[in-house]
Amino acid sequence: MLERGEVANSWRRERWASLRLLTPNWQSRLPGGLGYAGADPDGYMASGEVVELIDRFASHVGAPVRARTNVISVRADDDGYVVRTRDAELRSRAVVIASGACNLPVVPAFADAVPPDVSQLTPFDYRDPADLADGGVLVVGASATGVQLAAEISRSGRPVVLSVGEHVRLPRTYRDRDVLWWMESSGVWDQRYDEVDDLTRARGLPSPQLVGTPSRDTLDLNALTSMGVELVGRWASVRDRMALFSGGLRNVCALSDLKLERLLDLFDEWARVGGLDGEVGELQRYGQTQVPVSPRLQLDLRSGEIRTIVWATGYRPDYRWLEVPVLDRKGRLRHDGGVVDSPGLYALGLPVLRRRKSTFICGIEDDAREVIEHLAGHLHTSASVGQR
Amino acid sequence: MSSTIDNGVNVQALLDARGVLEGAPEAAKFQWRASSKWQHGVHSTTSIQNYFGLGEEQSHKTETVFDADHPETFAAPDGGITPIEYLLVGLASCLTAGIASVAQNRGIQLRSVESTVEGNHDIRGILGADPDVRNGFDDIKVTFKIDADATQQEIEALVAQSQKRSAVFDALSNPTEIAVEVA
Repeated sequence: MLERGEVANSWRRERWASLRLLTPNWQSRLPGGLGYAGADPDGYMASGEVVELIDRFASHVGAPVRARTNVISVRADDDGYVVRTRDAELRSRAVVIASGACNLPVVPAFADAVPPDVSQLTPFDYRDPADLADGGVLVVGASATGVQLAAEISRSGRPVVLSVGEHVRLPRTYRDRDVLWWMESSGVWDQRYDEVDDLTRARGLPSPQLVGTPSRDTLDLNALTSMGVELVGRWASVRDRMALFSGGLRNVCALSDLKLERLLDLFDEWARVGGLDGEVGELQRYGQTQVPVSPRLQLDLRSGEIRTIVWATGYRPDYRWLEVPVLDRKGRLRHDGGVVDSPGLYALGLPVLRRRKSTFICGIEDDAREVIEHLAGHLHTSASVGQR
Repeated sequence: MSSTIDNGVNVQALLDARGVLEGAPEAAKFQWRASSKWQHGVHSTTSIQNYFGLGEEQSHKTETVFDADHPETFAAPDGGITPIEYLLVGLASCLTAGIASVAQNRGIQLRSVESTVEGNHDIRGILGADPDVRNGFDDIKVTFKIDADATQQEIEALVAQSQKRSAVFDALSNPTEIAVEVA
């Protein structure tokens, strides 16, 4: 196993101070019966605790990890693949790409047109609101990262404007259970990639608007509005130093509200059919997302109103080291449920790789078993045939 | 996808086209065109027949000519609707077409779809009476009345999806680069 940093590197290095998992602790199951071993199963682990869990798993598995070993390139040869690191060249009959989908923050091209005296941060740069200049902050993106950072920056006393495109709205708890209990138990998370209607869309969805706090608060757009965060539409472009926002905010909120309602209907139906109505709380529905009567369509980036921009506009994988022609026109890996379009090459840990739960800690086991089964079959076949 | 409902939209053709064009972005590049002639005062006529798409020149079956003018409130003879009213035509028809298409795709039988569009417009902008007033709409409201074989939630979802994929909704709600040159 080659790791460019330390085991659990992203958790150690690439997230902000207050980060907690979106998933309740009891849900962090890893193969071999390992999981959360603390005193708060319904709580949400902080980064340090996640590192501990993954370290424990690493010890348990005892796989040979070469840490601080950056992969410079992977290319194909007659028998498999040649993996080049700074100090070595490894030949391998099979390679599993497990570098994840979050290697680089995505920032729109028009960021270049933002005046230079406005600071710009991605989640990789952001650690704590105290590090930000006093004054207004424009958070771009209403994903989990976006809503969490908007909330904590707002609580620090800075005015926050949140630019909202398409987003996934979820309550933290539903009928007295964690919403992710419903996702897992009802089978939504087990939905397979070959059963999903629009797989490209599902794989591109932003993370749901959840936060892990002891009070288990819902952190949707209504909660942010109550905190004084100002909502504007999706940031479309910069013209003459003006940020221009979409006038379609109302509809993206309507789309999210409708999707949430359909999801809750599905949960209710599952509970009813399974005879669980007595075990969970009363049916609930949540109010429509409140949209400002006249959301601002533009903001003058020279006025000093905004001192910092935080881009919560997602991540993408970095495949610059991958010298095998397995990327599509948009730079995405071409794979079928983790079986990459090159013999002996595999991927794990990508969104909806094989199931909706693929990128959650509890989702890796099933994916890994199936992908490794294919890999083992490949090794067996290629060994007996004597070629790749 | 029910084969017994019919809103008259050939969804299969659209889905096939989508499949083909995913891998052929050049063919997906269309250019819509209009030619316009000043007539008199604020009256002009605009003709549309040709467009470009799927890699070649295309043509509507016939040429359509549109008159634009201003009404008496603007001290003009009202020989046609105003340019800005043409945008309401575009928006209503684009959203309506989208609703029919999405309904067809989702197996929902429509019985009637009607809408009213209200574009609020402070004309001090275009008259130059106040520099803080924009030239365009302050806001637009569209109200749909839909009778269909579907729940209220399903109908709302049709309308939401239609906006999500509407050309004119995007053209009006998001910025568009416009270059105006003199030959």
